Amino acid sequence: MSKQIIIPFGPQHPVLPEPIHLDLVLEDEKVVDAIPTIGYVHRGLEKLVEKREFPEYVFIAERICGICSFIHSQAYVQGIEQIMGLEVPERAQFLRTIWGEYSRMHSHLLWLGLFADSMGFESVFMNAWRLREHLLDDMEATTGGRVIQGVCKVGGVRKDISPEKLDEMLKGLRTLEHELRDLLNVFLYDSSIKYRLKGLGKLSSEDAYYLGAVGPTARGSGIDIDMRSTGYGAFDRINFKPVVEHDGDCYARCAVRAKELFTSIDIIDQCIRKMPDGPVDMKFTGAPDGEYFSRAEQPRGEVVHYIKGNGKRNILRHRVRTPTFTNIPPLVTLLKGVELADVPVVVLTIDPCIGCSER
Amino acid sequence: MMEPQTIVPISVGEVVQKAEQEKKDGCRLVLMSCTKIDDIFEVIYSYEKDLRLKNYRITVKQGDEIPSISGIYWGSFVYENEMNDLFGLNVTGINIDFKGHFFQTSVKHPFSVTITKEDDACQNR
Repeated sequence: MSKQIIIPFGPQHPVLPEPIHLDLVLEDEKVVDAIPTIGYVHRGLEKLVEKREFPEYVFIAERICGICSFIHSQAYVQGIEQIMGLEVPERAQFLRTIWGEYSRMHSHLLWLGLFADSMGFESVFMNAWRLREHLLDDMEATTGGRVIQGVCKVGGVRKDISPEKLDEMLKGLRTLEHELRDLLNVFLYDSSIKYRLKGLGKLSSEDAYYLGAVGPTARGSGIDIDMRSTGYGAFDRINFKPVVEHDGDCYARCAVRAKELFTSIDIIDQCIRKMPDGPVDMKFTGAPDGEYFSRAEQPRGEVVHYIKGNGKRNILRHRVRTPTFTNIPPLVTLLKGVELADVPVVVLTIDPCIGCSER
Repeated sequence: MMEPQTIVPISVGEVVQKAEQEKKDGCRLVLMSCTKIDDIFEVIYSYEKDLRLKNYRITVKQGDEIPSISGIYWGSFVYENEMNDLFGLNVTGINIDFKGHFFQTSVKHPFSVTITKEDDACQNR
């Protein structure tokens, strides 16, 4: 056996926009173990429920993350609504679903840019972020915010989208779909990308399932876990099939995210075509008295918002289990056996969002 | 459409046995969640199969021992270390035990205290 050495990876590293630390145990150039440490920027946002009343806490829930912000607010309010037994107007559910899918697409394109950049594929990086701008423009035009929308509230949404704007969005998405196909054909079928990613950082389906992997990390290993299948929001009224790949390697996780971009466009298309008329919010009185695990599908996988209230304006507990937090054990497992030089690329294939984990 | 949910109370002694049973039944561990209410802590273990959640709740006091389920669900070490670091709970037998250093918090066990509006030192409130 070679002599083992430990190399620190992070908390500051060129491929990590946010701090996470891994102690990499190496034998020669091969990783034999990885020990994670987090919490460098832990904010304790969950504790703020003790000081903020539940309707205004939505703004804090949304700020858990700057990328998957909308879906955090959606998961929080749907938990409150479930405890209080509120029947949210259908149109609000469809609008939430549309904005959720826009969030997923802009997150996936952000990841694609960062990932391509980490491999030196600068043209994909620039084009991915150029296309992402169209999505952010639509988000801004319909909600007023590019990354923090502030449009979700208990009982519905704050803004409606006019039929003319919905048509315009649909046309924009058709153009985007065409451009995405060109971009992803370059990315997914490039020989050097395949050479670098195929067979690297393998995670078996059994490990993915029992270690708690979620999102594209799980679906890249053949595990069909997608919270959109539970039918929250408007997902029970549209046709949708999760993207699943079976190889369990870095390439499979990338392919899941790439193909999900088209699934999201299709979901938004269906939502716009089936959009019901009616109000977008409802009035309510009282406060939540009970508990619920509200689950939603973030770009990085299943997020759980546990909410417990006792009938007062300040809820007792808000606990958020974010996808990156539960993807840490699978990450540690799939790093074993990879070469040191491949660690940055492997880490990025789980699309870590430390902001979420450090809620 | 949202799923109906129940939480089944169990004793601390049943935690490991339930985890073994759930794994045998093909469930994955979704999360472990801790809530402090007055001077007691509620810990909920959530498992899932076919998109249906199964939740079990134990109630403990500060200092009580909670057996780790990391021997059954290897990935549970993140939740157990989190409970240790943020709430100061005593989870024993964790496969990767950071002994209070998984989260680099400046305050020890920050979630073990409850802050009311009256105690709030925040300037803007």
